[in-house]
Amino acid sequence: MKLLTHNLLSSHVRGVGPRGFPLRLQATEVRISPVEFNPDFVARMIPKLHLVEVPKGPIEGYEHDEKFLRQMHHVLLEVDVLEGTLQCPESGRLFPISRGIPNMLLSDEETET
Amino acid sequence: MALSCSLNRYLLLMAQEHLEFRLPSPFWILSIPSEDIARNLMKRTVCAKSIFELWGHGKSPEELYNSLKNYPVEKMVPFLHSDSTYKIKIHTFNKTLTQEEKVKRIDALAFLPFEGKVNLKKPQHIFSILEDYGLDPNCIPENPHNIYFGRWIADGQRELIESYSVKKRHFIGNTSMDAGLSFIMANHGKVKENDIVFDPFVGTGGLLIASAHFGAYVYGTDIDYNTVHGLGKASRKNQKWRGPDENIRANLRQYGLEKYYLDVLVSDASKPSWRKGTYFDAIITDPPYGIRESTRRTGSQKEIPKGMEKCPESHVPVSLSYHLSDMFFDLLNFAAETLVLGGRLVYWLPVYTPEYTEEMVPWHPCLKLISNCEQKLSSHTSRRLITMEKVKKFENRDQYSHLLSDHFLPYQGHNSFREKYFSGVTKRIAKEEKSSQE
Repeated sequence: MKLLTHNLLSSHVRGVGPRGFPLRLQATEVRISPVEFNPDFVARMIPKLHLVEVPKGPIEGYEHDEKFLRQMHHVLLEVDVLEGTLQCPESGRLFPISRGIPNMLLSDEETET
Repeated sequence: MALSCSLNRYLLLMAQEHLEFRLPSPFWILSIPSEDIARNLMKRTVCAKSIFELWGHGKSPEELYNSLKNYPVEKMVPFLHSDSTYKIKIHTFNKTLTQEEKVKRIDALAFLPFEGKVNLKKPQHIFSILEDYGLDPNCIPENPHNIYFGRWIADGQRELIESYSVKKRHFIGNTSMDAGLSFIMANHGKVKENDIVFDPFVGTGGLLIASAHFGAYVYGTDIDYNTVHGLGKASRKNQKWRGPDENIRANLRQYGLEKYYLDVLVSDASKPSWRKGTYFDAIITDPPYGIRESTRRTGSQKEIPKGMEKCPESHVPVSLSYHLSDMFFDLLNFAAETLVLGGRLVYWLPVYTPEYTEEMVPWHPCLKLISNCEQKLSSHTSRRLITMEKVKKFENRDQYSHLLSDHFLPYQGHNSFREKYFSGVTKRIAKEEKSSQE
């Protein structure tokens, strides 16, 4: 699972709503997989991210800041969590990640109506 | 100043495939502003064989020659001057000509100001005569209905159908989409470079491959753990279990498209896990029809009848029957919520033909219907390729509006699509529980 994906996922356990994001990530096995750098794609993704820890948004003109884009590219697309868990911050429910694939299935009782 | 025609005429030659998706004739005369645009069209299409700059046409040789005499000479000259090389080909449709007959027709064009040299191996310019003898192989006319003459510009992408063929793909499933159709779907989705494309019923990822080919980054989810992980029984004849290189990522790697793989997740499309927001430029999918793959969603422990399979890794019961109409309304709501404005939803809608009406096509206030193409499956069933575009921002109250719509009730009939599909068969397959609602 890439960190870009982690930023787009939220817990859909019943009752948590917007407090289901961000899922707490515990990684037991991580792999760095090189991916071809595409500055246009990275620049497109930045506004879609929910940057919780950063008080202000990215600096103006980030689309042309190659160093910044390369850093974001590495973090978002090249860090691959192979094994671990995602945890709902509100309910504590765990979603396992195995072979790089998160399993987000919940039973009917657990999900939002 | 000579008033040049701002639109040039081109002849598009379509392949004889998916005839129900288009008007009957394979010959289309298009007005296109520039040759670049014509070439760009051919870089995407898998339905068209070639495009020609149209110099003349007619219903008889005489009409053709007159038409050619009326074509501005200054437009011909750049391709016929003495330093250039060329060749003339002749294609006939629905009739075979002898070599002698072909040569006669080419010779008849000697009145054109060709000054260059003929080069049959590697000519700079290729000209084509196309003769249309109709569409009925049992009734071939003596003379063609139409004759066209033009300068060949480019071929379409039909070789993608062969190079991306499911036959050669590492990882396939029972219902993997034919390569040609997957490219048609990507085109309906207007997929372009740097888009994000999502398939909520990803299966073995066939639809993602076509989008990745056009430069989009791809996401997929599926409720079936084994398929997403590439485990379990193989779909190929003579192969029992799936090998280590059989998963969605490996499929993309096979075609050199691995960099476009974002992620796949095990997830229930009716209960998505995406944070609120608009992420997808296109959602392109082939939802299960309940025939070769079951329609399922996660349920509660109490609702599961005895003996139904459980998903081993997740320990979540996965087999509650999922009414087709609910599934499509969930899909449309999901698309309305997560597509960017102007983004597209492309999906297949299974239909029991004797009862089909246009009103049955699922509707949503945020999505505009762009196209509806039928592909016959059997004598009484077909599936329709539906393309919709998001034209309005999603507001929470929209998700219930379908209950007030006339479209909701007619589509309810499709919940029993599976039974209707088999209604012509004497041996009934009765595995699915009948819901008390039906």
